Amino acid sequence: MIEQIVFYLFAGLLVFSASMVVVMRNPIHAALFLILSFFASSAIWLLLQAEFLAITLVLVYVGAVMVLFIFVVMMLDINKVTVDEGFARYLPVGISVAVLMVIAMGLVVGSDYFLSERYLAMQQLDPNYSNTRELGKAIYTEYLYQFEIAGAILLVAIIAAISLGMNKLKINKSINPDKQVVVKKQDRLHIIKMQTEEKGSNS
Amino acid sequence: MITLPEVLSLASLLFCISVAGIFLNRKNVIILLMCVELMLLSVNMNFIAFSHFLGDVHGQVFVFFILTVAAAESAIGLAILIVLFRKKNTINVDDLNSMKG
Repeated sequence: MIEQIVFYLFAGLLVFSASMVVVMRNPIHAALFLILSFFASSAIWLLLQAEFLAITLVLVYVGAVMVLFIFVVMMLDINKVTVDEGFARYLPVGISVAVLMVIAMGLVVGSDYFLSERYLAMQQLDPNYSNTRELGKAIYTEYLYQFEIAGAILLVAIIAAISLGMNKLKINKSINPDKQVVVKKQDRLHIIKMQTEEKGSNS
Repeated sequence: MITLPEVLSLASLLFCISVAGIFLNRKNVIILLMCVELMLLSVNMNFIAFSHFLGDVHGQVFVFFILTVAAAESAIGLAILIVLFRKKNTINVDDLNSMKG
């Protein structure tokens, strides 16, 4: 019973903050409400006994991705006047698409299929059960290659993000081969005629 | 005690809100990216709900990979956004029409 109350509390918070993300005109407010919705869904994941992922959501999303979002929002200097227009124009189509999708998904989710016996087999976990250990066993044995691919994806993302944000900064001393091959001997070495200098003659 | 349809309806509601957000915010690419993050969150919630109610840890492994890919996606997306803003001085969706799409 208490579990259900907590679930509905955080579900309401999640839906409220998600709609505020959509409705808010100021991107900073939207980002802050997105952080709130990440916290609420992290609480729901804790209720569903996915402790490791709940903590990961807070650490990775709130700690890294949302900070990146807020940083970018503050870096780009967008004036709010242009952001305001066009909201009312797309309001009817947005609302109607959302309502249609809610109805369609409600028909699927509301069917008796998901209340059947096999989805109600709530396993009684013993107190020494560690979600992190189980997840680690699955990742490092069955999903080892996928895990390494995920690491490679992160590496590619780092390189791509850095090279996109580099702004043509020249940090290495590479030379243009084009210019290198057309160079003539005369461009590099000048032999000039001059009088020989004698010691003590210039005073 | 929570049942599966409750969690699934919450996730689908979240997904619909973010789809509506993509329709509504035609002026700001940053909020579009945030809506994509919300969509991924709702999908992750489905995975975790099924993983919990079927007693199977593999759903959580998938959520782990989705989190990885989503973090990479948002990092690259924001980097592209910065380059775009530097070149065009706008992040309005309607102004980004040089490909005539």
